[in-house]
Amino acid sequence: MSQGALNYISRRLTVPPAELWGVVTFYHLLSTKPRPPIVAHVCDDIACRIHGGEALCESLEQIMGPPGAHGENGRATAWMRSPCLGQCERAPAALLTVAGERPRTITLAPVEDGTASIVDALRDPPDTTDTRLGARAPDERQRRVSRSVPQVGQAGMRLIGRIGRVDPTSLEAYRASEGYRGLARAVEIGPAAVIAEVVASKLLGRGGAAFPTGRKWDAVAKAEARPHYLVCNADESEPGTFKDRLLMEEDPFALIEGMTVAGYATGCERGYLYLRGEYPLAAERMAGAIAAARAAGLLGADVMGAGFEFDIEIRRGAGAYICGEETALFNSIEGKRGEPRNKPPFPVQVGLFGRPTVVNNVETLVNVPALLREGGAAYGGIGTEGSTGPKLFCVSGEVARPGLYEAPFGITLRQLLDLAGAAPVRAVLLGGAAGVFVGPADLDVPLTFEGTRAIGATLGSGVIMVFGESVDLLDIVRRIAEFFRDESCGQCVPCRVGTVRQEELLARLRARRPLGSDAEEMALLKDLGQVMRDASICGLGQTASSAVESAIFRLSIAGRRA
Amino acid sequence: MKPEPIWFQPPPPPSRPPAAPGRPAAPPVEVVIDGQRATVPGGSTILDACRARGVDIPTLCFLPTLTPVNVCRVCVVEVTGSRVLVPACSRRVEPGMTISTESERVRVSRRMVLELLASSVDLSTAPGLHDMMTRYGAQPERYGPAAVPAAAGARDRREPGHHQAPDGARAETVAQPVKVDNDLYIRDYSKCVLCYKCVEACGVDAQNTFAIAVAGRGFDARISTEADVPLPDSACVYCGNCIGVCPTGALMFKREHDMRAAGTWDESKQRTTDTICPYCGVGCTLSLHVQDNRIVKVTSPADVSVTGGHLCIKGRFGFTFVEPPGKDSD
Repeated sequence: MSQGALNYISRRLTVPPAELWGVVTFYHLLSTKPRPPIVAHVCDDIACRIHGGEALCESLEQIMGPPGAHGENGRATAWMRSPCLGQCERAPAALLTVAGERPRTITLAPVEDGTASIVDALRDPPDTTDTRLGARAPDERQRRVSRSVPQVGQAGMRLIGRIGRVDPTSLEAYRASEGYRGLARAVEIGPAAVIAEVVASKLLGRGGAAFPTGRKWDAVAKAEARPHYLVCNADESEPGTFKDRLLMEEDPFALIEGMTVAGYATGCERGYLYLRGEYPLAAERMAGAIAAARAAGLLGADVMGAGFEFDIEIRRGAGAYICGEETALFNSIEGKRGEPRNKPPFPVQVGLFGRPTVVNNVETLVNVPALLREGGAAYGGIGTEGSTGPKLFCVSGEVARPGLYEAPFGITLRQLLDLAGAAPVRAVLLGGAAGVFVGPADLDVPLTFEGTRAIGATLGSGVIMVFGESVDLLDIVRRIAEFFRDESCGQCVPCRVGTVRQEELLARLRARRPLGSDAEEMALLKDLGQVMRDASICGLGQTASSAVESAIFRLSIAGRRA
Repeated sequence: MKPEPIWFQPPPPPSRPPAAPGRPAAPPVEVVIDGQRATVPGGSTILDACRARGVDIPTLCFLPTLTPVNVCRVCVVEVTGSRVLVPACSRRVEPGMTISTESERVRVSRRMVLELLASSVDLSTAPGLHDMMTRYGAQPERYGPAAVPAAAGARDRREPGHHQAPDGARAETVAQPVKVDNDLYIRDYSKCVLCYKCVEACGVDAQNTFAIAVAGRGFDARISTEADVPLPDSACVYCGNCIGVCPTGALMFKREHDMRAAGTWDESKQRTTDTICPYCGVGCTLSLHVQDNRIVKVTSPADVSVTGGHLCIKGRFGFTFVEPPGKDSD
């Protein structure tokens, strides 16, 4: 962003220039220094790391020089390292940003021919948002999608049933495959009954926090302040998570239907879809689907002729993991720095623009139409007592068939790994960077919220990342610490400085140069974990030590060095 | 009888503008503070409730005249039933709340917050923090020797996202050269704990100038003007209210900064005289800090209703006219 552009935005939006500067310097896809028009953001995060992402970065450095070169020598291209791009099932991945009159972002995944693919793409950017695209024939589409969703075509799938089978760009195709039957039923039974159905289904939020969706909806529906807002959290940035991306890319109308039902039930006239900036295909598909739904009278002033208003606006993120935290997301939509707010007050009381707000994850909302079709009580019978319904699992790492898997809650980790074809595992990361490492002894844990909690782990957003014997786990753990250091918003002291000290400590462990004794370092790590967990403002800081501590203390990976 | 000329008429009795009817006061709330039952005003914060009862909770980013931002996390307390500790400065009391202000968990978090700050920030001109560190047994040296300070402007140019991986042998800090770009005050961001007070004072809590904001992300977050321009090129109006609220001396009168550099700053030799600002009719209280018969700093008491501790450029910096001309004017 040039100074002229900043001045224009500042005047046009009447935002003080200093505040605007604060916002622009917060997001890593924005830059205040000149960047070459075409930049490759190469993922070196944990899933890509196992599949050669780091090696890719190292050879790019030899060919193109250090990362983040700022257009010196008038070069037209540059490359940068990137945190997880959400393409873990087809690692390694890169994202191309192409500036110009029609700025574009293009996903390269998998990067099959190493640096050559990236250098070629930089020289001549492909004319598509995703290198996987191009096929139109149904069987060809299914074959390509099955790389990401191995269960394509299997019967009995509630959330991924349409993927690979139904054209995601066609509203007619969606309606022909039970689409909009959930909304029709909602309109038939009325808002209060919809909430009763969701409560009866005992649906828990799928973003990681597992809050009861029905209770959230009920609180907003009953809130006196108006207007109410609906926010769909599609800022999926948890390393290892890609479920929301695939849902939006391959079944966008299901999310629109889910959002419309939620808006109808809770009295929202406007829904915001906060979509991760790194997901160009999802943005394209969602924008197309929203336009099609609007044209068909399924969004707008009088939805389905049922006398209620609801419309959806897409807001794209600009590169900040923290914006997946619900209150940081509100601030980001409001045009501010994505700094989380203190809770309470909770979003259902004071949320987006200070109004009562429902905020739900993509997968949660995609459950809603299916839930209404089958009936809340029946839906609540799927899975286990404490975790009901179907669940999506993002399996990546060292497995034969990585991808998105749907299974009822209660499937054990071992069963899921058998589906995906895992070789002997050394460790599994549950829940992503904010999750917990478990070892081979824990493979019989049932994948439910209560089951993982019982062994001191977490299900989080459904990340199952598998590490075999050959992986340098200490390097993976160091990368996780680096991730949190990079992604901390910097607002509160425990997280801002704690993540830096945690990364430094892991660097010392890896180099086997402890300060004082090993015991002192372990005490320090525990202290850092405790202050971040207890005193940070938001979930990022509170979980920043979770995976690190579990690897060091549960798997004793540091002890293995001797 | 001839009516008296109009200028002899006494002024009308003072009248107040009609006030909106007050909100009904929230009913008092029963809470337990450190094992003692207490009835505290409804709607008050945990900090208010505790301080009113003489229970001391340390604070850093809190100031009664500013909106609480609860970012320093020094004031955290344990509330039974809460998964995490809660900031006393902004969390309001609820009926039946059981609060522990000095539990082991609280003490660990306070010690760690102070260690993390002291290992990354120069706290030499923040004396209150030293007492706090002694109280909680903070040992900032256990993070290793401090890293080499950043070059001038280097931290301001950092971008969010990836950074150079550390080797861990030295503890990264915010150390950098002092910014001296005007004659009135300096900005030493080596001493900045990022409490957001200056941004609030520059914004809606006092001055409404919006010359500074927090920029960057994570450990690279910093207080910055637009595009990091020097103060004379920014929107700054030199009211100095940011200096008034800074808890660590990162923002300081240039005169104080120069005297400290010369080794002549001596608070034991300073007297404070309260007076009223002579410039306009508002009548702001000025506290003149005088050393060796020379004004070295001007503040205003935070509890004076006229100023709330805030001044303008004239009250804050326009004092040199009382000094003999030519005598070490700066």
